[in-house]
Amino acid sequence: MMEGLSRAAARNIFLGGSLFFFVVFVALTAHSHWYIVTQSTDHAGLTESVKHGKEVWEEHSCINCHTLLGEGAYFGPELGNVWVRYGGPDSPEGARAGIKAWMQIQPTGIPGRRQMPNFDLTDAELDALVDFFEWMSRINTQGWPPHVAG
Amino acid sequence: MKYQTQKVAYPFFVMALVLFAAQVIFGTMAGLVYVMPEFLSEAMPFHIMRMSHTNLLIVWLLIGFFGATYYLLPEETENEIYSPTLAYLQLAIFVFAGAAALIGYQFGIHEGRHYLEQPVWVKVLLTISFLMFLFNASLTVLKGRKTAISVVLMLGLWLAAIFWLFAFYTPDNMSLDKMYWWYIVHIWVEGVWELIMASLLGFLLIKMTGVDREVIEKWLYVIVGLALFTGLLGTGHHYYWIGTPGYWQPIGGFFSALEVLPFFAMVVFAFYMFWRGRRNHPNQAAVLWTLGTVVMAFFGAGVWGFMHTLSFINFYTHGTQITAAHGHLAFFGAYVMLNLAIISYAMPHLRGMQPYNQILNMWSFWIMTSAMAFMTFALTFAGVVQTHLQRVMGMSFMEVQDQLQLFYVFRLGAGIAVVIGVALFLYAMFGPARTQVPASAAQAPAGG
Repeated sequence: MMEGLSRAAARNIFLGGSLFFFVVFVALTAHSHWYIVTQSTDHAGLTESVKHGKEVWEEHSCINCHTLLGEGAYFGPELGNVWVRYGGPDSPEGARAGIKAWMQIQPTGIPGRRQMPNFDLTDAELDALVDFFEWMSRINTQGWPPHVAG
Repeated sequence: MKYQTQKVAYPFFVMALVLFAAQVIFGTMAGLVYVMPEFLSEAMPFHIMRMSHTNLLIVWLLIGFFGATYYLLPEETENEIYSPTLAYLQLAIFVFAGAAALIGYQFGIHEGRHYLEQPVWVKVLLTISFLMFLFNASLTVLKGRKTAISVVLMLGLWLAAIFWLFAFYTPDNMSLDKMYWWYIVHIWVEGVWELIMASLLGFLLIKMTGVDREVIEKWLYVIVGLALFTGLLGTGHHYYWIGTPGYWQPIGGFFSALEVLPFFAMVVFAFYMFWRGRRNHPNQAAVLWTLGTVVMAFFGAGVWGFMHTLSFINFYTHGTQITAAHGHLAFFGAYVMLNLAIISYAMPHLRGMQPYNQILNMWSFWIMTSAMAFMTFALTFAGVVQTHLQRVMGMSFMEVQDQLQLFYVFRLGAGIAVVIGVALFLYAMFGPARTQVPASAAQAPAGG
């Protein structure tokens, strides 16, 4: 097999081809960067509260139980659209109160049900987290997820 | 062992396997939580178990790669390791940082991006250790013979370190955060780590089949070429639904569908070389792991990846148990088994013995491999049911999870079997050496 190909030729194809695809990849991600900042996300609407909400999200490593836009652990529900699931677009106050109340009653202690720890978040942290979820829900995700169930 | 400094690899392999054992224990505990949700829910919540499980995996695989590099470089470059002291120091820093992260996690000290939960100072230590390793290994290559195997291996390791630097960049915009996060995670496991895998495989095949280096190295370039030609733009299959442009759907789908090619080429490569070599190598356990890793990587990374990589399928399967199934078999097949192959091959040399405890080692191979296959099937079935109920029918997440209980019990059983397989492997490697070399191979040349 591959008698017609010399080792040096194989090496040059590998190096040249990889460099080519790397350049294309970087160019496309550079364009994607521009697209994210200007088109698909509310970059200008990254308020201090949304940024703080992202920090709360990270500090408690929510991603190791939940998914966010489908990435993360698969132990808890998807949260990229949790704002929509709580009816946020129609009733922002109700959704905010609902999400905060849900966080505060954890762990439910219901036998046989997965338990979420109570992270003892302050009211300001909870509000920031909800602002972060609201911001996430407005990302143009090409229509994903297929159902509001996430 | 031809070169004194190859023994540097020994403590690396010991540490790698100890952390491997810890990894599967954390994994089994997390699997138990799926079946008994109250298990340690206060003392060690699920997210702590999971980050311990995934971090240990990455840390031990890297330590295994470091050890493998120190083992093969003297033979490839035909000179001693530049500085064994630096190697030991580098290992100590890496293990200290990894252990500190792991212990910190149990007290809730962690950061938030998955797989990158290590506190910043731990990341800095890991980077320093990695750079010390690269310095040491690169100087070893520079002062000796430069083979395709050592050059491709070093290229893979350098690129792994360079892309790791994105771990220090956390944009406020979550879409950007996710896009660059994949610069590390995808480009490692579906890109530059494949360079490491292919070159380690090439080394094993040269040693165990006796086929000409010229032939092996040509294959090596073709495989790593296929890996990067498909894997770089294949990153696009993570850019479907995170706020990135729609053109990633055709581009990511096309190139990532082709990501199966380098893994298929590795299967052909390994089996063809053993067929062509016709040498009956005395270390049959290492041969088994070597052939096993290409087969399981092909199924885990190649076939299971292909299964849900096209955007119109991924739209429904993204972030379900299908992903978990693929992740488990891909990591096991490609990188866990590769490390175990290298360790099985190198340990007799490092302990100054003929190949030993091979039957036990092969038992551990079959137990671990079949258990991982079973786990993958269980999670795949769970994922198919989940995809249908949740993504097609629109049932809520927790209702759907209740329907998957049986599969999670299967997965837990498979996890326990993996732990047993790992225990057998550790005993086969470090326990008393009993039978050395099978009878059929007693007259065959030992060959490296």
